[in-house]
Amino acid sequence: MEEIKVGLEVHVQLVTLKTKLFCSCSSDYRGKPPNTNICPVCTGLPGSMPTLNKKAVEEALKVALMLNAQPYETSYFFRKTYFYPDLPKNFQITQYDKAGGYPLAHDGYLKLSNGKTVRIERIHLEEDPGRIYYEGSRATARYSLIDYNRSGIALIEIVTAPDMSSPEEARDFVERLTTILSDVGINVKDYEGSLRVDVNVSYAGGERVEVKNVTGAASVEKAIIYEMFRQKTMYEKGIKVVRETRAWDEKRRITIASRGKEFEAEYRYMPEPDLPPVTITESLIKKVKEEIGGSQEDRYRELINDGINEELAKKISSDKNLFNVYEKIKFYEPSLKQLAANVLANEISYLIKRYSIKTLPEDVSGLAEILQNYRIIPDHESVVAYLKKWIDGEKVKISFKTVSAENIQNDIMQIISENYEKIRNLEYNKKFEFLMGILIKKFGKENKKVLVEELTKVLNKIK
Amino acid sequence: MNLEGYTLQLILREIENGSLSPEDVNEFYYKRSVELNSVLNAYITLLEPRSRAEGDLKGIAIAIKDNISTKGIRTTCASKMLENYVPPYDATAVSSLKKHGGSVLGKTNMDEFAMGSSGENSAFGPTRNPLNKEYVTGGSSSGSAAAVAADMAPIALGSDTGGSVRAPASFTGIVGFKPSYGAISRYGLIAYANSLEVIGILGKSVEDVKILFKMIAGKDPMDSTSINVDLKEKNISKPNILVIKSFVELSSEEVKKEFYNSIGKLESAGFGISYVDKFSLTDYMLSSYYTIACAEASTNLSRYDGIRYGPKVESASNWRDYISKARSFFGPEVKARIMMGTFILSAGYYETYYLRALQLRKMIKQEFEKIISGYDAVYVPTMPVLPWKIGKAIEDPKIAYAADVLTVLPNLTGSPAISIPVGKVREFFVGGQFIGLRAEDMKVLKVAAIAENVLQVKKNGRN
Ligand SMILES: [Zn+2]
Repeated sequence: MEEIKVGLEVHVQLVTLKTKLFCSCSSDYRGKPPNTNICPVCTGLPGSMPTLNKKAVEEALKVALMLNAQPYETSYFFRKTYFYPDLPKNFQITQYDKAGGYPLAHDGYLKLSNGKTVRIERIHLEEDPGRIYYEGSRATARYSLIDYNRSGIALIEIVTAPDMSSPEEARDFVERLTTILSDVGINVKDYEGSLRVDVNVSYAGGERVEVKNVTGAASVEKAIIYEMFRQKTMYEKGIKVVRETRAWDEKRRITIASRGKEFEAEYRYMPEPDLPPVTITESLIKKVKEEIGGSQEDRYRELINDGINEELAKKISSDKNLFNVYEKIKFYEPSLKQLAANVLANEISYLIKRYSIKTLPEDVSGLAEILQNYRIIPDHESVVAYLKKWIDGEKVKISFKTVSAENIQNDIMQIISENYEKIRNLEYNKKFEFLMGILIKKFGKENKKVLVEELTKVLNKIK
Repeated sequence: MNLEGYTLQLILREIENGSLSPEDVNEFYYKRSVELNSVLNAYITLLEPRSRAEGDLKGIAIAIKDNISTKGIRTTCASKMLENYVPPYDATAVSSLKKHGGSVLGKTNMDEFAMGSSGENSAFGPTRNPLNKEYVTGGSSSGSAAAVAADMAPIALGSDTGGSVRAPASFTGIVGFKPSYGAISRYGLIAYANSLEVIGILGKSVEDVKILFKMIAGKDPMDSTSINVDLKEKNISKPNILVIKSFVELSSEEVKKEFYNSIGKLESAGFGISYVDKFSLTDYMLSSYYTIACAEASTNLSRYDGIRYGPKVESASNWRDYISKARSFFGPEVKARIMMGTFILSAGYYETYYLRALQLRKMIKQEFEKIISGYDAVYVPTMPVLPWKIGKAIEDPKIAYAADVLTVLPNLTGSPAISIPVGKVREFFVGGQFIGLRAEDMKVLKVAAIAENVLQVKKNGRN
């Protein structure tokens, strides 16, 4: 098998933003009737002007820092001109790294599961075009219908070096990137089509073929496998692979030659005169760094240093939500951290999965209340019910007639002496059962846990 | 009632003291416009008066150049391409006028997409000069100038990319003010060359344009290139002005004579007059200007593809065919500039032409800032020639050169510049312009007001 080289251009919608990149239309365009989420700016009406959504710069910067990239102090928006019906101005506002331009950030990297490093050449901001719909199939449709609801949605483009050498590595890259994105709140899995990849594949040192618009990690892998065998077959037959752009057909799982636009189209880049340069100050970087709070590795290390075992640390560090809660509890009451780690990795993780919970409450006082009273909550179901209450933002107050361990031992001794004749000949288990019945009647079911512990202690002592 | 020669200032005063009603005023201008438009062709669209006497402008209707978006009123840019285009929104300048109680009297004729200096290049036919209808008005704000000069409007908005407000003001004997770049929001001004142009005001007196300027100036969140300029009155009584001799020497004998004559009068009135022989980058002004303007225009005008608005294409084999058919609705001058800009931005030529033009603009700005330091304004003729007969420029390309050579400097430097009548030759006037440093609009207006008062060129005006 000859070597393949794979480089990716990953387009990610900044789904955490409230508005589009250059206007105040909602970024929540999915499921809306066609052409209802639009304004003069995102439909490029004559006279309209873009104004930059500053939040988009912050979100893009978060991703850049997570990918260890260096932000440029000043970067520029450019017009990239090409005629296409889904592009209302017939130019896309994007960032460019030539002609005196700079992208948002450059020279980052991402480590794959196998330890290999994939270089990231640049990260930049740009606007998403609208969408074209065909009645039936593209070939037979009498009309092309255009919906501009998506037009102007903020995208970041992440461009890697051709550092991956197998379909699996490319898939791993996209999966790891997806985790990193979710670390900064960009949950691409929850938004269909929010991560789209252009895949560049070259086989045996041949020309590179670009496969456009592949959605999701699994499809990236499939598209590369297909392309690898297609190019290999050509290579073996002695047919030269030409540099070209192909499209991924998700249904048939093949790549197809794109008609029209061939490689190296003339885009006539020029600086966008209606937008000032983007400046990234030291203080913005500091602010963003505080918000993202380090990588999974950083989080894992901190948990291990706190004495949390590897299994729990792994689980908690992989989810930023869980880790944030852990940190807050640690700050709130340091002695609760071990118990908190247990509950986060087990019960809370279970609840997150079961109810598809996106975020955990900022206020951890309810959780602290549960943890502090953990021993007196009678059973596991009640613990889970209390946690659910906290996650749902309800107030949690635990009030049982609680009994203290010291007092209870005296009570137990007294009950034993009162019933000594009845139990003296009973087996341990029967004895235990009998006494528990009396104790529960007296102290209530909610104290069961303490009663069991204390009764065990007493019985062991007098054995 | 006859309001011929009335300034806006006088109209507002007479409404204030009860001797005029806003209804009478609007009625007068509307009727006169209907009457004269068949001869002068100043308006593309005229609206029946609907006054609501309120605010600082008392409901007075104002002429608006047809490249400034007006909600619900068709805005054609004097092009077949936008013949039936009705914007769904108001330009910020228009909504500011409305907030001050102004309304729209009509949309004025212009060179198509503001490309031209004579007012002849309109899909709706040339605008004729009220001073002699066989002659051009100058452009591109030709209709706005003709309307004000012929008392078809009390005042008008235009736009100035390379002299488009000042040139027609000079040719029709009125005042034309090009504010600093960004002083008035461009949001809603249909873009020709974004980095050069600004909305301007054409009126009967310096005071008139100042009244309107103060209402519509200021930073606009919809235009990131807009700025707040200081609107406080400037206290200058004996202005120091600088004359660039080489600019005057480019002018015809008639213009030169009247211009030097005006200098003599200003000097006697106490103006400090200084001379500089040459602006060393004079030869590069036009090439830099046209390179930048065409490049920007070629991308700005990409959006006109007939898909979302614009002309209906009856039959097309596919969308590429559709787009090229739709784009044939542009006039010849527009097509020429789009092609020029497309060439300039092509790979390989971008650096040679576009980047050099930007560098030159920077150098021109530096030289201008150097020579003006210590003076209140630079004083030069607005147009080096008198108006020419309609149709004549086509025979003589030198005229086209002369039309722009003295006006593009303030657009390259972002300076405020105002043209006022400073001399008279037969039925025509000679215009002189005062140019200042960016954001010093009030200083330039003050200097021009003093000069206007000294020169008293238009005695028929009633203040
Ligand atoms: Zn929008």
